[in-house]
Amino acid sequence: MAPGMEPILSVEELAVSFSMYDRGLRKADLAVIRSLSLDVRPGEVLGVIGSSGSGKSLLAHAIMGILPPNATVRGEVLYRGEPLTEARLRGLRGREIAFIPQSVDYLDPLMRVGRQVVGTFGTRAAQEAIFERYRLGAGVARMYPFQLSGGMARRVLFATAAVGGDVKLVVADEPTPGLGPDLAAKMMKHFREFADAGAGVLLITHDVDLALGYADRIAVFYAGATVEIATAAEFAAGGAALRHPYSRAFSDALPQNRFLPIPGSQPYAGSLPEGCPFAARCPERTEACLAGDVPMRDLRGGKVRCVHAA
Amino acid sequence: MLEPGLRAVTAALKKPVPRPLVKGPNTRTMVVATVSACLAYLLVVFFWGRFMDPGLYAVNYADKFLAPGAGHPFGTDFMGRDMFFRSIRGLSTSLVIGVIAAAVSSVIGLALGILSAVVGKAFDKVVLWGVDLCMGLPHLVLLILISFMLGKGAYGVTVGIALTHWPELTRVVRAEVLQLRSSVYVQAAYKMGQGRLRVALRHIVPHVIPVYLVGVVLLFPHAIMHEASLTFLGFGLPAETPAIGVILSEAMKHIATGKWWLALFPGLMLVVTVVLFDLIGDGMKKLLNPHSGNL
Amino acid sequence: MRLEAQDVRFRYGGAGARPGGGPGGGSVPEAGAGPGWVLDGVSLRIEAGERVALVGPSGCGKSTLAKILAGYLAPASGAVLLDGAPLPRRGYCPVQMVFQHPELSVNPRWNMGRVLTESWAPDEALLRELGIEREWLRRWPIELSGGELQRFCIARVLGPGTRFLICDEISTMLDVITQAQIWQLLLRVAEERGLGLLVITHSQPLAEKVCTRIVNL
Repeated sequence: MAPGMEPILSVEELAVSFSMYDRGLRKADLAVIRSLSLDVRPGEVLGVIGSSGSGKSLLAHAIMGILPPNATVRGEVLYRGEPLTEARLRGLRGREIAFIPQSVDYLDPLMRVGRQVVGTFGTRAAQEAIFERYRLGAGVARMYPFQLSGGMARRVLFATAAVGGDVKLVVADEPTPGLGPDLAAKMMKHFREFADAGAGVLLITHDVDLALGYADRIAVFYAGATVEIATAAEFAAGGAALRHPYSRAFSDALPQNRFLPIPGSQPYAGSLPEGCPFAARCPERTEACLAGDVPMRDLRGGKVRCVHAA
Repeated sequence: MLEPGLRAVTAALKKPVPRPLVKGPNTRTMVVATVSACLAYLLVVFFWGRFMDPGLYAVNYADKFLAPGAGHPFGTDFMGRDMFFRSIRGLSTSLVIGVIAAAVSSVIGLALGILSAVVGKAFDKVVLWGVDLCMGLPHLVLLILISFMLGKGAYGVTVGIALTHWPELTRVVRAEVLQLRSSVYVQAAYKMGQGRLRVALRHIVPHVIPVYLVGVVLLFPHAIMHEASLTFLGFGLPAETPAIGVILSEAMKHIATGKWWLALFPGLMLVVTVVLFDLIGDGMKKLLNPHSGNL
Repeated sequence: MRLEAQDVRFRYGGAGARPGGGPGGGSVPEAGAGPGWVLDGVSLRIEAGERVALVGPSGCGKSTLAKILAGYLAPASGAVLLDGAPLPRRGYCPVQMVFQHPELSVNPRWNMGRVLTESWAPDEALLRELGIEREWLRRWPIELSGGELQRFCIARVLGPGTRFLICDEISTMLDVITQAQIWQLLLRVAEERGLGLLVITHSQPLAEKVCTRIVNL
């Protein structure tokens, strides 16, 4: 990290569990996220990748304070060095912290788009300026969410995020599925604009190609834990440039690389094993992997959660 | 305040419930307990009323207009009849009529709902037109009309209620069947060579049954309420039957002279019955829904 | 064997759309053929043993063409022919389809054993080949991951009557390791049985790795 560059957002060993009914009347605590750690610095796009069920989306919901009531959160979320409490979040959401959700379903279906974008902190003038920036015609402001096409809807969500003015952190939860490659690339350019203006962008995505193309660093999630944080260049290079065996397996399985899978599957939430969650599929597994929680440590300019990595 | 876009999210995801949840009897146990308790109460009222000695609420002019007290918890009326036993007896009559009418109505709803989704566009249109017609008219007007045409009495009320309460269930069942029919797994079943009847029995019926059961239970309170209203207005059960509607309508004559107990207790009993049915219906909805992982 | 679409035209809500076979999503396609037509005179031919990728931007009608080829939708005009004859309307269809969302493709109230054997009983060898574990057969759909469910969706349409398999973004919702697993299994089975494959994907690298021919729509 550059000296004096304090991260905008840092997440320290975040854990989320849900109380659920598994069979009949039995109630159980389901640990879905066990240990997520990452930091987002000003001016960068941090891409979060991992398979579904790895805890990606819940991270966004945990940061934005919109987890369902049966969730229990442990660990720390710091925004500019201070814990991000619910009270603090209320003042920041929509102003300094912008959330870009997965779909238009998050817009109020009964309110015209223009009014939603103005929201609580924006002004009419700001909304018009932003619509122009995202090339949304004047008529769009008078439309309802259901009238928007996929691409327009994403741009409206961006406008909603940007209208508050002084955005310092953008949290985007799978902003591109359903968009063609051209539109997705445009969306990515908008994220880049936020970062170039000095904001930190947390980009949670399913699309590895986009993450590699537009993010500065990549955080790899596996079974509710961050296993590695690497630069996008390291991830694109793959193989020895990566620190964690899962990241390497991930990179090897990409169709543009070797398209070679490793056997097995990610453990389910609720039945996460002791120690390293990847141990069962790992070629380098030893007794030490199962001994207990593996801490995240610095290695070659990145971070890794593995006892063997060197 | 949040921006409006976010408000929708938060409204959906967040409720002001403190977390972590307190350990203790879990919510699903509570729902089962509530449903069982409601059911037990209703069964007791039903059987007690059904097989009650009519002497318990017989005419006794010596005890006219007694206020609620030790001997008569709900007081007595202008002929000295015990209001407590009369209310129980009346409720049990209401329950019988309500259950029969709701059952008949629900079968109509189920049949029309399924046929509407399966038979074809023209039939669907006719059914939907019927649904709109029934729901558009004031319920009570239609009820009075039918009951009056059939000569009032238990028969008139039951038929009237049965013929007016099917539209909602028809809609729900129709929507459910349409949704199932367009689901990928049903379409795939056809492509994998499964016949129509087989798909209906194996895929569609098991999904519709829980929806139907909940629908029936939620019909009961409507039916009971309408039976009481109809009787109260004089288009339902005859004046000599001990029915909640009759009791309430008689009470109206004496309420101005300060005989408050005549209306209060039977009225409360009716409200409680209706609310309990609603509780049972809601409870069943939660228990039968496979996706209500956390209530 | 040969599966072909001849000059197929289609639009939603218009003539030919079967009830119940509605569009996948509610949004209006951004790109597409002439006014209102999702497909306007599309022809395509797949031979047995061939693996054809159908690539194109979202909303261009890829999935619609897939559903028409598998008989899920009827074209407004044009024809789908299997060795020159129309697809059978009843019985097991020789053109089968696997979908993007495995969790929507199985009845949530059926256990996996029942799902698997709905139309035929796959033998032990096939299950092993597809990586389906015996123990999974007793579970319910919500107890399995997307990748595991997708293996069942593939196994259940590999009946002896299947000649062509249409794969509509079948690995889009899966993680990359599972995606590579599934394709390896599927390519091996398709090879053994000489199936024709139509692979719909938005990913050019995947199309290049998996298919023998790429068609842009």
